[in-house]
Amino acid sequence: MKNPEHMNRIGVFVCHCGINIASIVDIEAVTKEISKYPGVEFIKDYQYMCSEPGQMIFKEACRSGQIDGIVVASCSPTLHETTFRRASIEAGMNPYRVEIANIREQCSWVHHDEEEKATEKAIDIMKSVIERSRRNESLTEVSLQTIKKVLVIGAGISGMQVALNIANSGVETFLLDRQPSIGGRMAQLSETFPTLDCSQCILTPRMVEVGQNKNITLMTYSEVEEVSGYVGNFNVKIRRKAAYVDWDKCTGCGICYQKCPKTVPSEFEQLIGKRKAIYTPFPQAVPNKVVIDNNNCLYFKTGKCRLCEKACPLGAIDFEQKERIEEIEVGAIVVATGYDLYEKEKIEEYKMGYCEDVLDGLTFERLLSSSGPTQGKLVRPSDGTVPKEIVFIQCVGSRDPDNHLPYCSRICCMYTAKHTMLYKHRVPDGQPYVFYMDIRSGGKNYEEFVQRAIEEDNVLYIRGRVARLYREDDKVVVVGADTLSGKTIVIRADMVVLAMAMRPSGGIEELSKKLKIQVDGNGFLSEAHPKLRPVETLTQGVFVAGCAQAPKDITDTVSQAGAAASKVLELLSNEKLLHDPITSWIDEELCAGCGQCVSQCSYNAIQLDEKKRKAFINEILCQGCGACIVTCPSGAAQQKNFTIKQYYSMIESLV
Amino acid sequence: MREEGDELFMENVSQDFEPKIIAFLCNWCTYAGADLAGVSRIQYPSNIRIIRLMCSGALDPTYVIKVLMEGADGVLIGGCHPGDCHYINGNYKARRRVAILKTSLKEAGLEPERVWLRWISASEGAYFAETVKEMVAHLKLLGPNPLKSVWAI
Repeated sequence: MKNPEHMNRIGVFVCHCGINIASIVDIEAVTKEISKYPGVEFIKDYQYMCSEPGQMIFKEACRSGQIDGIVVASCSPTLHETTFRRASIEAGMNPYRVEIANIREQCSWVHHDEEEKATEKAIDIMKSVIERSRRNESLTEVSLQTIKKVLVIGAGISGMQVALNIANSGVETFLLDRQPSIGGRMAQLSETFPTLDCSQCILTPRMVEVGQNKNITLMTYSEVEEVSGYVGNFNVKIRRKAAYVDWDKCTGCGICYQKCPKTVPSEFEQLIGKRKAIYTPFPQAVPNKVVIDNNNCLYFKTGKCRLCEKACPLGAIDFEQKERIEEIEVGAIVVATGYDLYEKEKIEEYKMGYCEDVLDGLTFERLLSSSGPTQGKLVRPSDGTVPKEIVFIQCVGSRDPDNHLPYCSRICCMYTAKHTMLYKHRVPDGQPYVFYMDIRSGGKNYEEFVQRAIEEDNVLYIRGRVARLYREDDKVVVVGADTLSGKTIVIRADMVVLAMAMRPSGGIEELSKKLKIQVDGNGFLSEAHPKLRPVETLTQGVFVAGCAQAPKDITDTVSQAGAAASKVLELLSNEKLLHDPITSWIDEELCAGCGQCVSQCSYNAIQLDEKKRKAFINEILCQGCGACIVTCPSGAAQQKNFTIKQYYSMIESLV
Repeated sequence: MREEGDELFMENVSQDFEPKIIAFLCNWCTYAGADLAGVSRIQYPSNIRIIRLMCSGALDPTYVIKVLMEGADGVLIGGCHPGDCHYINGNYKARRRVAILKTSLKEAGLEPERVWLRWISASEGAYFAETVKEMVAHLKLLGPNPLKSVWAI
């Protein structure tokens, strides 16, 4: 650092702001007093410093070479600091040599009746800013090159939409998912509210679009292992799980899984359908490649079989395949990891009734789906009969801060209404009942949709909670309250569907630690600001979309995905990222390597070099809050142009 | 520290004692709140001098000690409301530091009520002015910073 004490020649401008300042503060007295202050090279006053002629005087002074710094006594720095700093750049002076003394908002405007005291105060304010300015350094904005590539974690509708928007703008995108196929939860749904169009019909074309986009690299069956770096320059290690199939050769013809002798419950079918040990999650999978589940494969368990290997006409099966780590470099990361359902085993009071015919919402979707295990025929999983009475229970686990989760899962009111309608359309003589707390149907055409279920499809909505479930013969008895009539309702149901609460998908906590982003009290990812920065996280360059941030429906997810994509493109649109230079720095000679500053930094901008036992600050990540300076016991951490010395001298000039 | 019977000290307290307050305000909330008081032309006593910090979390307790040692009568620290900090949690850091500082001041024989920490947002111009008024009135009752005369001797 240069010796700032040398900067002693300060030029001062006093703005009258018409009469805003001049009618209260005695400009002449101020000028006289300040001109005598040490280091003040000249002082000028002008009617409107921010006006064109005012700026001309200002620029002239910058060019004169007489001065090292300028103090403009005028309105608040929030108004015209940028104006004067820009003018100084035009006139060839470093903008960080210009300081504003706020003598309008914080002096003349608030002390109307005390002209003498206001003048005194204005002088004080100016002196303190002169002291500060005296020790200012010339600073240049920190700039860094950005890598114009993006990683999207999670390939559900949200991640797919983000990837498509970014890729269509010409930016290379990696789309990662831990499942073998993209598609996420939406691929599991039967139909969607409020239009009842089939989920697969609207999703699969989009999946194909993603698969064929030349700017999108699919990384399915993969997980994030490690993330390092910072905005514009992330290095991500990705674990590509072993599929035991050479995907370059596999065409997804399906001969292998027809031959495979081992059948296990399918996760995609919510365990009510079956798959083989070598499988694709569903027929429309993208990429259409098979994987071997080594926990169930007979060869891996017993050392015998290899039927798939013999069947494969392309020789794609590779039992020797190992998982591998792939490294990619990206400029931004979008997290779109979606949701899981709250486990129904956690609902103690319903446990007595649990059997194959008590389902959660997603399982019921598979039962309704024409590509599901029953080809869309609505039958009971237990005995294959058509259920004549179904009870739907809403808010299971949601909105129950005492026992379960405090928040509203937002989509259950709507999908329950959808379920009842789809049921009635398949079983016209059946009777659906819905136990609800209240109906939340905010959204375009949502309220009308629920009304349609009640009025046209004769769904019986009962306002109240279900106290317990138990089994009797082949029925599930539902005991609930109707709080409108005050009666206890007992229904002997053939099937019960629970609208389980939405939770952030498993593993989000580990992932958030790897990305150094925060989760809220319910485990969802925290956005930078609930209203104004809904898709950014507090870690620069990391964005969030979809249900990873909070429960939401497909419409909102797609909107949010678009917003995240646009924020990513905004970030990567510049060749270089510019960063305010009022960052902290560490004086290595003073640093004892105690690491206290590291724990104080909310932006992970400080790291401890274990070998040198010195802290160092990443200027790009540093936001200039100054917390580390206060923490440092040896005075090694300092903030540029906000040094402790500057504050001390300001205090001395004011008291 | 002054005691009840310290006649000499009390005599020195003039009837129209005007306390001097130094304020450390965070750039994003309270400084903007003070600006709003100005824009709304809300009048408050001119006893206060404002120093702008980027964040209340950047307040070094030694600033406060220095202000009091130099002889000012009170220190106002202004930050964003809990949960609103521009730098995630700087205001919580400030709160902890000020709490410890006040204990130390008490141990050292200085009135901790000379140091005020307030959460004042950018929209609370009136509250800022009110705080200054209240603080001036309080300090008038409390009397001058004893260090002013102690150091003068």
